[in-house]
Amino acid sequence: MHLVQQLLFVIVLAAAVYLFARKVREIRRNILLGRDVALNDNPGERWRNVLLLAFGQKKMFRNPLVAVLHFFVYAGFIIINAEILEIILDGAIGTHRLFASPLGSLYPVLIGCFEILAVLVLSGCAIFLIRRNILKLQRFIGHDLDGWPRSDANYILITEIVLMVLFLTMNTADQVLQSRGSEHYIATGNFWISGLLTPLLNGLSDSSLMALERGCWWLHILGVLAFLNYLPFSKHLHIILAFPNAYYADLRPKGKMENMPAVQKEVQLMLQPELAASEPPAEGIPKFGAKDVQDLTWKNLLEAYSCTACGRCTAACPANITGKKLSPRKIMMDTRDRAEEIGRVLNKQGTFQEDGKALLRDYISEEELRACTTCNACVQECPVSINPLHIILQLRRHLVMEESSAPAEWNMMFGNIENNMAPWKFSPDDRDKWAVEMQG
Amino acid sequence: MTIKTMAEYAASGETPEVLFWVGCAGSFDQRAQKITKAFATILDKAGIRFAILGKEESCTGDPARRAGNEFIFQMMAQNNIQVLNGYGVKKIVTACPHCFNIFKNEYPELGGNYEVLHHTSFLQQLIDEGKIKMTEGGTFKGRRITYHDSCYLGRANNIYEAPRKVLEALDAELVEMKRCRSKGLCCGAGGAQMFKEEEKGTTRVNFERGREAVDTGATVIASNCPFCMTMLTDGVKEQGKEDSVQVLDIAEIVAKQLGD
Repeated sequence: MHLVQQLLFVIVLAAAVYLFARKVREIRRNILLGRDVALNDNPGERWRNVLLLAFGQKKMFRNPLVAVLHFFVYAGFIIINAEILEIILDGAIGTHRLFASPLGSLYPVLIGCFEILAVLVLSGCAIFLIRRNILKLQRFIGHDLDGWPRSDANYILITEIVLMVLFLTMNTADQVLQSRGSEHYIATGNFWISGLLTPLLNGLSDSSLMALERGCWWLHILGVLAFLNYLPFSKHLHIILAFPNAYYADLRPKGKMENMPAVQKEVQLMLQPELAASEPPAEGIPKFGAKDVQDLTWKNLLEAYSCTACGRCTAACPANITGKKLSPRKIMMDTRDRAEEIGRVLNKQGTFQEDGKALLRDYISEEELRACTTCNACVQECPVSINPLHIILQLRRHLVMEESSAPAEWNMMFGNIENNMAPWKFSPDDRDKWAVEMQG
Repeated sequence: MTIKTMAEYAASGETPEVLFWVGCAGSFDQRAQKITKAFATILDKAGIRFAILGKEESCTGDPARRAGNEFIFQMMAQNNIQVLNGYGVKKIVTACPHCFNIFKNEYPELGGNYEVLHHTSFLQQLIDEGKIKMTEGGTFKGRRITYHDSCYLGRANNIYEAPRKVLEALDAELVEMKRCRSKGLCCGAGGAQMFKEEEKGTTRVNFERGREAVDTGATVIASNCPFCMTMLTDGVKEQGKEDSVQVLDIAEIVAKQLGD
């Protein structure tokens, strides 16, 4: 019987890891659809960002209450996963609480800590569910979350609660069995939380308790493995990608816009034609801006997969606050959805041919792009260093330079700058009129 | 008072300490011209040898670049850099955060390397060095002032304190809006919005910000950007408060408070 369970466990574990690894490879391939960009300068500052922003969740603390709750859930999730190691080894080798005897009296302390974290995770998730579904916080009721994204968030919170309940129930049953001196349930000493819960299960027979303990053990680990495989399809992927995303975060001042060397060169040759002779002929026609995800950088796509759709960006966006269509969160969700769409074609056909769709218009409308004031509030607010503005500006460049698509007022502004050296139609001769007026 | 151009300085074989980059709004917009004049007056009183480019100045290319037109931006930027480098300009001060941002962050990789200061930082230095002195009491004594962070000075370049330090030198009561510093709400003009009609929404960004500013009970809204100035002035009007609430640039506030 034991051997069958062990075998079954190893098969399930291997399958879960294999499926997860396959999906991870797909996501990596999708992210690398983006154009290349070098983001390896300043490793010191980059590691500092990983420590402060990803591990330390520094930006979450802009709202301390939520930050503390989130930190409980996050720390609990990571630390309790240390317990998974024991569970996996027990499952594969057929032991029970393998670490109990080597760790001795330290073991119940460790489990006690895990249990306290489990309670914190449980409470945190419960409060988060209330904030989303009962209090209905502004940023959780936006239409950009309608459908799957809103359910996704609830599934994750409910799953975490279920996993924690299973973990605590398993330990409680174990504690009762230990107290009865059941064979196989070695005495570990008192667990801090489940030790208090034993009266709840005292009425059960040994065999029911064993069934309960084993049942919870299996459901817990199966739940964990299912969760692992759910992650890559979910917005919850941020628990992994927040780390690389923080490392590759833009280190330059937020006000700096990405330069376009191809245009720089072209204008240079126009202004100084004498340089053209020594210039090697350009290869192909350069593309200006971005129309689809392949035109964005891989960092933009990594960000799209790192986004957990929390909506802090959208809640701070002046355009969104005043009822415009733009939602920076939707920009990120759309980018991921389009990358996934192309990924599905790649899975089926191996190569991607034009499918008549693009990120621009099929996902993100011109109206959204034109509502942006480039104020950087979305960039500032993002706890995991996502920059929706970079995507918006690349799409704007495509609109204006590839399609000559701009509002009439912008075209006038362009014309004025070109002809009058100012965005308004004033005579350049009047530029110092104020100075003349001051002579008096 | 006579304001000399770079060309005039060059002709007399002299070099000014700093170039005052006026910007398009500061040059042409009637309201913003007052900011320009106020700042020039302060520079003059502080004994700073400054120059302007005069007719040789042109748009930095900021609105074109942010709207998506990189060609026009590159044309303006490369021409400007040629002019600035031609005069050997080392230090620039400007009263426009958009010009400031583009000089500081975007011109260097095109060959334009200058020490760039926004006028609020420059004013703070002048106060710290004792080059300008504010009168005791005066126009702003006891008045409630709220400061609006422009996006291109604040979030874009992390300058939050210099303008506040300047205001603290007044004998006034400084109150913050709920959304201030890195959480400051945009006025609605950036990203070339200034030059087009707003997209459809439930309200205008400047109305939202105007309401927030008026709600502080301040009688003066201090700004640091000519575009914020336009937007906030309209926002205050929408609240029907144009008679009781003034929108003033920090340079104008300092100029009104200058001692002898």
